[in-house]
Amino acid sequence: MSARPVVIEARGIEKSFRLPVSKISSLKEQITTFSRPEYRELRALRDVSFDVHRGEFFGIVGRNGSGKSTLLKVLASIYAADGGRVRMAGRLAPFIELGVGFNPELTARENVELNGVMMGLERRQARGRLGAVLEFAELEEFVDMKLKNYSSGMLVRLAFSVMIQSDAEILLIDEVLAVGDAAFQQKCADVFHEMRDSERTVILVTHDMGAVEHYCHRAMLLHDGEVRAIGDPGEVARKYLRLNFESAPSSGEDSLGEVADVVVDDAWLEDEGGRRVTNVEKGRELRFCADLEVKRDVEGPAFGFALANADGVEVTGFGVPLAEVPERVVAGQRLRVRATVENRLSPGRYVVRCWIHRNHNIANLVLYSPHVLDFVVYGKEEPGVAFFEREVRLELRGGGDR
Amino acid sequence: MSAEAQAPAQALELREVRGPSATGGGRRRFFELLWLISATEFKKSFHGTAFGYVWSLVRPLMLFAVLLVVFTRIFRFNVVNYPVLLLFNLVVFGLFQEGTGAAVSSVLAQEGIVRKTQFPRLVIPLASVMVALFTLGLNLLAVFAFILIYGVDPTWTWLLLPLIVLLVLVLTCAVSLLLSALNVRFRDVAIIWTVVATVLLYGSPIIYPITILEASFLKDVLLANPLTLIFEQARVWIIDPSAPSAVQVAGGWLNMLPAAAIYVAACILGVWVFKREAPKIAERL
Repeated sequence: MSARPVVIEARGIEKSFRLPVSKISSLKEQITTFSRPEYRELRALRDVSFDVHRGEFFGIVGRNGSGKSTLLKVLASIYAADGGRVRMAGRLAPFIELGVGFNPELTARENVELNGVMMGLERRQARGRLGAVLEFAELEEFVDMKLKNYSSGMLVRLAFSVMIQSDAEILLIDEVLAVGDAAFQQKCADVFHEMRDSERTVILVTHDMGAVEHYCHRAMLLHDGEVRAIGDPGEVARKYLRLNFESAPSSGEDSLGEVADVVVDDAWLEDEGGRRVTNVEKGRELRFCADLEVKRDVEGPAFGFALANADGVEVTGFGVPLAEVPERVVAGQRLRVRATVENRLSPGRYVVRCWIHRNHNIANLVLYSPHVLDFVVYGKEEPGVAFFEREVRLELRGGGDR
Repeated sequence: MSAEAQAPAQALELREVRGPSATGGGRRRFFELLWLISATEFKKSFHGTAFGYVWSLVRPLMLFAVLLVVFTRIFRFNVVNYPVLLLFNLVVFGLFQEGTGAAVSSVLAQEGIVRKTQFPRLVIPLASVMVALFTLGLNLLAVFAFILIYGVDPTWTWLLLPLIVLLVLVLTCAVSLLLSALNVRFRDVAIIWTVVATVLLYGSPIIYPITILEASFLKDVLLANPLTLIFEQARVWIIDPSAPSAVQVAGGWLNMLPAAAIYVAACILGVWVFKREAPKIAERL
């Protein structure tokens, strides 16, 4: 891969934001604030340097507030960097989020043209792509419907198709993998696989370590605006997770951007003998354990877990039965969750996600960790995401006498 | 693709990424986006309303009717062809009023595009002005029909109409740039502007010709308003060839300097402020 030419060269990018302690947005406030307004300097990016080669699928990971999106905006010329320089070869898709250029009052036909022009196509070219875009999005029947009447899933499909059908050689993608219904997700996954092997360069910003390991050739870990690691996606994903759990208590934002009241100290799978394992044979039951530490009192806690495959599809999930959970957990308490799960998973890599809520209400998230554990199920390949015991027979029902 | 594939290891030419700017992303893309966005906005303004285009004409016509009654029945202006002068002025001033009025909050309204795409920022306020320009074009057809029916004789100076429109258009663009950039920093610019725009309606010779004023400080102030001279010259060219020209109104070429200076200064200021603010707009929203 390193033999490929460099298409993005970033050297020493610096970016800070001056955050006013109280935001001034009217003239009166500006005039009546006699002392100079106080600012807090937030250094969002510090000396960030990296290269991306042509055809590479490059992941950027990091916790919320680590500078990922700022970096993407600098690359996309949405923010001006304070220092350093970026050089690029090839046409960049100017979007960092799907569907932002859409005008809800216009029809799909008009929006595809408008978006195409934003992407740098000529109007005629953009109109020429309409058929292909709609076909991929499976929205041919809705070509003259205004976008405000589209469902959110249809919108995302249309936006994704426009992006795919543009001529852009470099794509910046900020968390779009979980879009649309399962069938469309599969289609997107296929496109990502195709892109992985094409000349197109993709920069993917995500929290989903499964996706990073699955699609990316290389990845970079940002933390507090600094590059902490760059290289093998598996290695970067592990560093990200270590970073996530290490700093969870005090400096600890979890992925919600708040201080976690409960943290996952450790999570593992074990075999019948109680030994920790990272690989499980197909069909052998999963014995899942997690150690939780309560940092602050939580009323009416609820614990949920989900198993997601490498494409980010949640195959199954389980919660701790309410009967098992105390009315409140208090700071300092340690809890161990043990679950035995029948294993119907197709061979492949899986991640375990964890949710903790308070007041038995899923709207009150205490913790969401997209990746508390990953493991591999090995064995004979199976079609689909899960397999089921089966007995299939073929009976001859007569005829064909010799 | 095939040509590229032949030399995969060859270093590509890297171009400096210069960050956001007012016009970033190439000239062709700039003009195509400007055209597409203003055309669709224009179309959009007629969709969903029962009478569509009629409404864009009804608004100045209503104002026109009220003012006509007030100034011909109550104040009794003695001005040649006053009704058509009033109608023409209102419609042309509409370009300035509607253009700047829509542009002032346009950048804020397009927040999604500004914050999440690399988009030539200049297109956004200019598209608002373009919509007002399209509306003006349609309205002028109606106004000229009205002027002919009223009995004004066509003259060759009607051909100078584009010059009048151009002068108003450039000023509208400049003010729009200034306002839309400032409104990102100070959200009350949009509110203040609705008041200022009304002041300008009465502070320009729209509903009265400046010739009815006697020499006074007030008249000097009005003469420093670039719109005053533009509208006075339009009156001569379009409505009443016997009216005094802009030079005569001002009392000599020299006296036109303040208005000209303000006009040029507004243009420079608008462009300068917008260019300066453009790279930071996404962060301030």
